[in-house]
Amino acid sequence: MGEKFETRRAKRALIVVLASALAGAVLSACGGSSSGPPTLSFFVAIQPGGTIEATAERCTKEADGKYTIKPELLPNDATQAREQLVRRLGAKDNSIDIIGLDVILTSEFANAGWIAPWTGKQKEEASKDVFPSVLKTASFEGELYASPFNTNTQLLWYRKDLVKQPPKTWDEMIEVAEELPEAGQIQVQAERYEGYTVWVNALIESAGTSILKSPEELDLEQKPTEEALEVIGKLAHSSARSPELPTSNEDTARLAFEGGTAAFMTNYTFAFASAKENAPEINKEMGAAPFPQVNSNPAKPPLGGFNLAVSNYSGHKQEAFEAALCLSGEKSELTATELDGLPPSHENLYTNPIVKKAYPGFAGLVKEEVEAAGPRPVTPAYQDVTSAIQRTLHPPESIPAEGEEGKYDELKENLEAAVKREGLL
Amino acid sequence: MEASAQRAGKPAEPPAAKPGKVSSRTKSERKLAWMLCAPAVIVMLAVTAYPILYAFVLSLQKLDLRFPEQTEFIGLANYGTVLSSELWWLDVWNTFVIMVISVSIELVLGMVIALVMHRAIFGRGLVRTVVLIPYGIITVVAAFAWQFAFANESGFVDALPFIADEKNWFGGHISSLVVIIMAEIWKTTPFMALLLLAGLVTIPDELYEAARVDGASAWQRFVKITLPLMKPAILVALLFRVLEASRVFDSIFIMTHGAQNTESVSILGFEQLINRLNLGVGSAISVLIFLGVFGIAFLFIKGFGVKVEEGRPGGG
Repeated sequence: MGEKFETRRAKRALIVVLASALAGAVLSACGGSSSGPPTLSFFVAIQPGGTIEATAERCTKEADGKYTIKPELLPNDATQAREQLVRRLGAKDNSIDIIGLDVILTSEFANAGWIAPWTGKQKEEASKDVFPSVLKTASFEGELYASPFNTNTQLLWYRKDLVKQPPKTWDEMIEVAEELPEAGQIQVQAERYEGYTVWVNALIESAGTSILKSPEELDLEQKPTEEALEVIGKLAHSSARSPELPTSNEDTARLAFEGGTAAFMTNYTFAFASAKENAPEINKEMGAAPFPQVNSNPAKPPLGGFNLAVSNYSGHKQEAFEAALCLSGEKSELTATELDGLPPSHENLYTNPIVKKAYPGFAGLVKEEVEAAGPRPVTPAYQDVTSAIQRTLHPPESIPAEGEEGKYDELKENLEAAVKREGLL
Repeated sequence: MEASAQRAGKPAEPPAAKPGKVSSRTKSERKLAWMLCAPAVIVMLAVTAYPILYAFVLSLQKLDLRFPEQTEFIGLANYGTVLSSELWWLDVWNTFVIMVISVSIELVLGMVIALVMHRAIFGRGLVRTVVLIPYGIITVVAAFAWQFAFANESGFVDALPFIADEKNWFGGHISSLVVIIMAEIWKTTPFMALLLLAGLVTIPDELYEAARVDGASAWQRFVKITLPLMKPAILVALLFRVLEASRVFDSIFIMTHGAQNTESVSILGFEQLINRLNLGVGSAISVLIFLGVFGIAFLFIKGFGVKVEEGRPGGG
């Protein structure tokens, strides 16, 4: 009897111990964030040079105990990074405070109510000295939803030893490349991914029209659009194309250029630093020129980069706004230029020695390109629009060079459905 | 459930009590059985029935996370959108092509490997382990390995003899499909082989001996003995693989992401759900895929009489 009693008591004791351990775990899990200065999580795409870690550390230090910024690194691929963000935000996840938002995502996230608008003094500070073209990418329906961090644009990179004068138009470039006895490839981005939309948009903008007039209305004038599509068709059917054209992205383009098979490449500024490290011989002959134009109209280079937004589900919005201002400030932008070769979004920084050192001889060109850039369409249904473009125009070989009936009608029809978010994509 | 319990009962037992006259012991045993089952049933309901029902409810709504204020009930309209879309039928066809080609090649290869494993004289354990390696590798990892192997710049395949050095495998419809199907076959043939081996070991050796005495050739023994007796195992293996192959996702997602018209219905559903955040249309696709898979399973089990739990055709 006594023995039985003993075991029963031991059992009960065990249950009490287990229960209190469990309760303790639950309590500590909840309590971590409510006591002491908050930890702000900063979700942003990874930058291999270490920009994110460096700026987060500096801004934490500058906050002087008010908050700690903890970077949460997302994939470098824009689509994959977005996927992770929307899955969390769609579920109203409050573990995100600050979001590094790709320029194309602002309207989508703002319309869904996931990010908070900037107001008052902070809004003023966030937009001071920022390129107007970049500021547009951070705004939606007249409100500023993010503080521009870095921007990005593509240049035409060419081999100075093979080509004396960089070509002005795409047609000219294809002609020159076809004549070259060797290394005559033109490297672009034409895989079925966001980078293809970047290229298509730049061509359409340069041809003199736009994809959208407003979030739900198509622009897409027929003649200029057809001229833009013809460039893709012409390159796809030219001897100057690379064999991996339908699977080419920024990285395959850079690799081919560094490998010495390409005379021309349109790519972001990182390509210069990359070549310097991997292929110094090629880098010595690497010239930077303005992004090519489609016809006699001025070129409209692509515009990339990140803007920092504050999540509407954050429990520490006030601190998050402050932290985002620091993270996107001029000091942080210069860190990004120094460590990762990313162009600043503040126009006044282009005479800074750090920027000049990162872009030897072409800092002014980068600035001009950002100013002239033709941003991608602004609409909450951006994913539908970009999917429609990619699905209709990929592979690039499916677009005829010239003469034959092109893909204009199909593109228009699919984009019309996309802005209304109809059908499958 | 009751019927099968009765059927499973040994014939030696006294005839079951007449309906309506259940002894109190049986009653309490049944109660105990239900209580023992309950946790499992509740978990099953929570993790399978609830999501399926929830997906069905979502599929009846116009629901786009990017436009939260426009949510409304629209009945079966999402199904109309999906079924009237050319893209859906194109992807159904792609899925069907990948499924039929990969499963039939897997069946043949799996059978060969099963026979080898069965007849292996030495190193049986080693052979069986080695064969299983591809199946043990995570599909995404395997898909990356295949992608890298066939990649234009870095892959080794283009460096092999008889293959054009500049062949861009993922740059064309057929060549992309070939790589995807090869990856699928490489990955799941071991599974097929293992299921077939399980069927193979149940065939008594005496049958082969008798046939040999009667002068049957190896081919005759295979066709007249092995195949008929293995039919149940083959059907079960086919059922599992067809169900799995009709939801093919990972390999395509990694290798082409659906480019070059290699999209499967699962990728299409993913695009609507995760990329477009169109939960209504995406859920409709999920429900349609579920119905498709359900239909296949129904056909196998009722049409061909597969008994999954016993691995043999049911005779009632």
